[in-house]
Amino acid sequence: MKSNDVILQTATKVVLFIILAFSVFIFFNGHHEPGGGFIGGLMTASAIVLLMLAYDLEMVKRILPFDFKVVTAAGLLVAIGTGLGSFLFGVPFLSQTFDYFTFPVLGELELATALLFDIGVYLVVVGVTLTIIQTIGEDQ
Amino acid sequence: MTNLVILPILIPLLTGVILLFIPKKIPFQKILSLISGFLLIGVNIFLILNILNNGIQSLELGGWQPPFGIVLVGDMLAVLLVTTTSIVSLAVLLFSFYSIGAEREKFYYYPFYQFLITGVIGAFLTGDIFNLFVFFEVMLIASYILIVHGGTKVQLRESFKYVLVNIISSALFVIGVAYLYAVTGTLNMAHLSERIGSLETGAPILTVIAILFLIVFGLKGALFPLYFWLPASYAAPPSAIAAIFGALLTKVGIYSIFRTYSIVFIHDTGYTHQILAVLAAITMLGGVIGAIAHQDVKKILVYNVIVAVGFVLFGVATLTEAGFMGAIYYLIHDMVIKGALFLMIGAMVVVAGTSHLKEMSGLIKHHPKLGWMFFTATMALVGVPPLSGFIGKLLLVQGGIDSGQYWIVAVMMLTSLLVMYSMIRIFLNGFYGKIILKEADQYGTTKGLLFPCAILVAVSVFLGLGAQALYPLVATAAETLLQPEIYIDAVLKE
Repeated sequence: MKSNDVILQTATKVVLFIILAFSVFIFFNGHHEPGGGFIGGLMTASAIVLLMLAYDLEMVKRILPFDFKVVTAAGLLVAIGTGLGSFLFGVPFLSQTFDYFTFPVLGELELATALLFDIGVYLVVVGVTLTIIQTIGEDQ
Repeated sequence: MTNLVILPILIPLLTGVILLFIPKKIPFQKILSLISGFLLIGVNIFLILNILNNGIQSLELGGWQPPFGIVLVGDMLAVLLVTTTSIVSLAVLLFSFYSIGAEREKFYYYPFYQFLITGVIGAFLTGDIFNLFVFFEVMLIASYILIVHGGTKVQLRESFKYVLVNIISSALFVIGVAYLYAVTGTLNMAHLSERIGSLETGAPILTVIAILFLIVFGLKGALFPLYFWLPASYAAPPSAIAAIFGALLTKVGIYSIFRTYSIVFIHDTGYTHQILAVLAAITMLGGVIGAIAHQDVKKILVYNVIVAVGFVLFGVATLTEAGFMGAIYYLIHDMVIKGALFLMIGAMVVVAGTSHLKEMSGLIKHHPKLGWMFFTATMALVGVPPLSGFIGKLLLVQGGIDSGQYWIVAVMMLTSLLVMYSMIRIFLNGFYGKIILKEADQYGTTKGLLFPCAILVAVSVFLGLGAQALYPLVATAAETLLQPEIYIDAVLKE
């Protein structure tokens, strides 16, 4: 059965980028305010799920030709890696630090090593969510 | 502060993650798992020596001071169990190389095996009750996957029950943690011990929480009457997975009871520990009745896991030095010997093609090594001197007499005899008796399966003969549990 989903598909083309942009915002917002890798990752994943619903799994696979299981593994590796860094500096595992840097256009910004850990979390959440949804979706 | 304590958790975790990248390259996965296994044993032995010389090692994760941050505490009990875990897991890993099959190997068997070990080791090492919950979940999620891995009909059926029981017990766990935090305002075990230990009057609400935790850990550790889920689900997966479950998973639950009932819930021992003692006695009896009633070799062994739960927890309930030492010793002994027995039963089933005792006979004719190793392991399990079970049981009996619980000691003696009967039955029926299989008719070979069993049996023999060397370690571990101040000082006041 072929249903008419012109409205969904047209809306998705616009909404997708708003969701993705907001997920990036939420991701960076996370250090001091609500947000972070987990919720940012969920939001990115939900944008991709919307794409899957509006179009189909095959097309999403063409646009994003990664194995999401590998994305999960890469995220875990990044997260553990930031913890392992503490061995180099002789501080307790998972210690974090931050400093202020001045950038040409953006001005002064706070950069924290916790952000690196959060990138790992982000990748794990995106990877796991999409692996689950792809696995369930494919079986139909 | 030392990062050494986190290494036993990091090694399997990192190995598991790296293995996730290369699911189809089986030889590489095997080699990496092996290297990681050896590395883990090395690090653990180093850690034991370090603790023996410098006392309890604790690590404040992220540099957050306890009781605000999460601490990992390597005390002697935790590290002894972690070391045993690493030895048993390496032997079972070797067994899986030859028995698990390419189909399962390609579907992330080795990564999840590593994650399971990560969870088990983390649960042993953590010094924070909520973190304990987190590591329980790491371990359980990996175990959900391993128990259903391969997707045979019986596995699917049993894993459903297994997952359901564990989700309920996890929910109760969180509820218990929430109660505990509401009442005491802390979840750090050392801080809890300090606060509860300084209570002047009795606190009935804490007793309620203690019993709630007993239910939670009793569900995971298979204590009477909460072991109903265990026999069927542990008999379902392939032998290698059953071995790692039987050797390690229930032990984590027992360890948690051990830890909380020795340094945390010590305000009303007349009530809580008496309940624990009685439940332990009934667990022994219930387990051994199951072991005698069944004709399936896997089931017989699985019920013997439950018996061991009773033995160890009885030692905990005595609250005496001998009882604690016996419990620690028996716990270590049981991890090794149950791993060995599960593997050997696995090898038997491979050869005989059936797990029903009535259908196998005379295996010793073509498999003398397997037969005599099984006999040795049985004797060690029962506690024939000088093998490893003997010292543990001797100390448990001594602890029981010291605390005046004579009837439970009697139950224990009776149970030991019946365990002997249940296991020797496998030997007499399965290995002795009429030879019904010719060399050529056998259903599989034991190629590669005997070596891992031999390692574990050798470790068990060493635990018995080398008890003298092990004694100071076990004594140190028991001392920390009997005098929580040592633990509190090491964690809170650096």
